[in-house]
Amino acid sequence: MLSMSSISKVFRTDLIETHALRDFTLEVKAGEFLAVTGPSGSGKTTFLNIAGLLEPYDGGTYRLDGVDVTKLSDDARSQLRNEKIGFIFQSFNLMPDLNVYDNVDVPLRYRRMKAPERHKRITNALEIVGLAARMKHIPAQLSGGQQQRVAIARAIAGDPKLVLADEPTGNLDSLMARQVMDLLERINEMGTTVIMVTHDPELARRAHRNVQVVDGQISDFRPYEAPIAGGLAHARTEQVAGAGA
Amino acid sequence: MFAYYLQLALRSFRRNPGLTALMILAIALGIAVCMITLTGYRAAAANPAGERGAILFSPSLDSWDPDRAYDEDDKTLAPSMLTYRDALALQRSPIPDRKVIMYKSGGIYARADKGMEPTYFATRMTTADFFAMFEVPFLYGGPWDARADQGPEPVVVLSKESNEKAFGGANSVGKTLRWQNREFRVVGVLDQWEPMPKYFDVSNGAFQDLEGAYVPFAWGPLLELGSHGNTNCWKTEAINNFQDFLNSECIWFAAWVELRTAEKQRAYREFLDNYVTEQKKHGRFPRPLNNYLYVVDGWLARNKVVEDDNRAMLIMAFAFLAVCLVNTVGLLLAKFLNAAPAAGIRRALGASRRDIFWQHLTESGVVALAGGMVGGLLGVLGIWALRAWYGRFVDEATRVLPFDEQNFVIVVAIAVATGLLAGLYPAWRIGRAAPASYLKVQ
Repeated sequence: MLSMSSISKVFRTDLIETHALRDFTLEVKAGEFLAVTGPSGSGKTTFLNIAGLLEPYDGGTYRLDGVDVTKLSDDARSQLRNEKIGFIFQSFNLMPDLNVYDNVDVPLRYRRMKAPERHKRITNALEIVGLAARMKHIPAQLSGGQQQRVAIARAIAGDPKLVLADEPTGNLDSLMARQVMDLLERINEMGTTVIMVTHDPELARRAHRNVQVVDGQISDFRPYEAPIAGGLAHARTEQVAGAGA
Repeated sequence: MFAYYLQLALRSFRRNPGLTALMILAIALGIAVCMITLTGYRAAAANPAGERGAILFSPSLDSWDPDRAYDEDDKTLAPSMLTYRDALALQRSPIPDRKVIMYKSGGIYARADKGMEPTYFATRMTTADFFAMFEVPFLYGGPWDARADQGPEPVVVLSKESNEKAFGGANSVGKTLRWQNREFRVVGVLDQWEPMPKYFDVSNGAFQDLEGAYVPFAWGPLLELGSHGNTNCWKTEAINNFQDFLNSECIWFAAWVELRTAEKQRAYREFLDNYVTEQKKHGRFPRPLNNYLYVVDGWLARNKVVEDDNRAMLIMAFAFLAVCLVNTVGLLLAKFLNAAPAAGIRRALGASRRDIFWQHLTESGVVALAGGMVGGLLGVLGIWALRAWYGRFVDEATRVLPFDEQNFVIVVAIAVATGLLAGLYPAWRIGRAAPASYLKVQ
């Protein structure tokens, strides 16, 4: 589904260069649920932005669902992003002046779908997240958990092959976090590949596979069997080939 | 997608009503000022003779001072008026299809039955062809004929306003008015007629009121009626009586000829040159041969009827529109960049740069459309205000350039084009914004 090979990304200012990703190599199979962890500033979000075709990269190769995205035009990248990827953000990123229905409608509009098809997909997605009765509500009238469920509905309405979730439970309490996680698992069970960036070891443990990003490179390690005192950062890490070993 | 962009634009306006109103106002003011100035300018610069402007000619002969050009700013120009002798000589030419000589005089008119207060009417001393040549409309009666010029017969044509003052607006044809101790019979009353500019006599003010009465030219010398307009002289001459004045080198007469064919135009030019060459033999026309035959447009340009300050005003109006445009660009930029996070989210959800660009350009276009409509209404109000302030001139301007539905559409179209122009850069900027930076809350 996703294949990155030796990806590098450097942020430059007049004074300094920051290597956000270096020699970053990762394969994610279709239908997989991958958790990406790592300390702040390690490059997790940069990876997610590149994976979501939101950020260009400086070197390496990236294939998404068999398509080499390196030399695609902005229009082609946008179309690919719209058709194959769904985004879920920590801060939900709903449009505050659009109601639930219209928020979910946004990605479908850019797919130039006819209104009846859009309506079908929107209602279906909202039913999946349990918010079909709140279509006319604006985000401010919803709780944080409900807002994130709207964001999930928006992400899946277009039936993407890949969902990228950046700290999807970071702004939620534990109960709502669990509900959101349940939803992600359900989406994954329906065949959608999910890549989730998280700081939460408990959530990471629910993924099929975890990778840890440290200093712009990845470490691969097996699913958790039990929480380890002292956190995740250095637990049972196995360096993988091509990841700066 | 356009309908969607339109929907988003309207939502955006609801989100920022104050800023949106400011942008609409900026465009509206610029458009209104331009519209009002342009209306005035085009009215002033219009050729009121229409297609006939190409066959009506004003001759100009250089009878001026050998040591000093008539116009020090443009030494090539000949005087814009004629001497009495030259006017009469031109009037004798058989070449023109129609010919007119004239000057501006005036006096107090009264009715023998004392049915009106004695009133001053500026009076145009002219010849019979004047009315046909300048397509003067008549409400009652008509012009006098060529025989009346010869007599001369005591006939008068009144303007509509003068007839209103003298006879309460009734059909006064056949009635008489007393002027210069003679009874003048009314043969015609003009309908509303306001050529703008008053191109046939720009020497006495292209935007001055029209005369209230028209009397055969020959009465001028006969009754020794002096000019109530401009008179220019360059030569020291002994002028002891009115006849001396008529025979002097002073200029105060206007002449127009109608020459319908190129052949006649060529022949008339030749006639002018021959006439001046002949006069040189009699010691007149001391300057080199320098005759002109102006069509109406050329005549207006030669006399700088559309003054430089009018043009400057027009330029300033467009400069003001440009300032409004720059302000709108600034406001749009501020608004769009403020909405950059939303654009970032849309990019993440599949919008291309092109989508974001068109979405915001549509918003600019809608702002401009509203600005154009408000500007159009402000323009109409402005023209009404000017009409009330300046009276007939703006009224005439509005007639020449009526502000009808078609003009409204043109104004709105200009505003939309302006707004789209103003929106190009902000829309491009927001389209280029990196979406990733707006998506993560740290």
